[in-house]
Amino acid sequence: MEFAGFEPNPGSGDLPTAVKILIAGGFGAGKTTMVGAVSEISPLKTEETITATSEGVDNLSGVEEKNTTTVAMDFGRITISRDLVVYLFGTPGQNRFWFMWDELALGALGAIVLADTRRLEDSFPAVDYFEHRGTSFIVAVNRFHGTCDFNAEEVRYALDLDARVPVVMCDARSRESSKFALITLVEHTMTSQMSAIR
Amino acid sequence: MSEPEESWWDVDAGPIVRSFARTGGRTRPSRDEVDLITLIVASSPDTARPGLEPEHIVILRMCTGAPLSVAEIAARLGMTVTVTKVLLGDLLDMRAIRTRAPVELAEAPDIHLLQAVLDGIRRL
Ligand SMILES: Nc1nc2c(ncn2[C@@H]2O[C@H](COP(=O)(O)OP(=O)(O)OP(=O)(O)O)[C@@H](O)[C@H]2O)c(=O)[nH]1
Ligand SMILES: [Mg+2]
Repeated sequence: MEFAGFEPNPGSGDLPTAVKILIAGGFGAGKTTMVGAVSEISPLKTEETITATSEGVDNLSGVEEKNTTTVAMDFGRITISRDLVVYLFGTPGQNRFWFMWDELALGALGAIVLADTRRLEDSFPAVDYFEHRGTSFIVAVNRFHGTCDFNAEEVRYALDLDARVPVVMCDARSRESSKFALITLVEHTMTSQMSAIR
Repeated sequence: MSEPEESWWDVDAGPIVRSFARTGGRTRPSRDEVDLITLIVASSPDTARPGLEPEHIVILRMCTGAPLSVAEIAARLGMTVTVTKVLLGDLLDMRAIRTRAPVELAEAPDIHLLQAVLDGIRRL
């Protein structure tokens, strides 16, 4: 056969399973910081060039836009075992690139929405997006000054969150704190999926 | 190269038929289905195949041994995700790589997998 050297019927069973978790939130909310706090590699960056004809930019109303824009997303990796690897993606800060979010959110285990209490409204779009899409998510309140301007219940009220959505306090610079946010998310996803089965 | 399937080429159905012949009629993910976290591994460490462009060879070297995600390949190449997916599509057509699509957790709940993720994060 002319395909000598390649397996006649390559399977993929020996490749690990990949799982995706999103870290969302407004500009400067600490997304890249959280990815870096738990990733085994220093966060990598992928870029996508969007031309004026792409769907996402079409939706811009009345805004003069140059022909191409670059959207960057950073991501990290946690290798759990030979068979399982978790990728963490920081979503692009610019809210208008929803079509990028769609690819990111597809099949994701869930999302952590980072909220900065000085600019809580910056996390509205991410919350709306995940609620609308039915993606499992939690809110992690990034305490920037140690000043606790809001408690978890106040944040829940301000963001109009469903009572089941966990709200945790965190410091995205801390590995333990970021781990806790991830654990809360995975547990929340498990709880929602089990109640959906019943 | 003069592979038998070249004669299958015709103006209308050429590339499709040819790619069908190359994969022996098996279904495989099309380019559009390659996700950011689809894992890629070289089918063989051999990069002396006809038709490989320099970028293809760089990708094959990257993915020999440990699998890498599409996102990691794009980041390491310094190319956009779209361009990277096209290069990976070429390599798929040549059967030079194997892929594993991610599990779609949102669509197909898998409590055992979630438990494994949870245990793994706790151990970090
Ligand atoms: N005090 C404090 N500072 C933080 C925390 N998280 C992030 N920072 C700082 O806030 C700044 C912005 O953090 P990034 O991680 O870059 O935020 P980002 O969400 O990735 O920002 P964009 O990608 O620009 O939207 C950095 O200088 C961080 O060091 C936190 O929990 N506490
Ligand atoms: Mg960032």
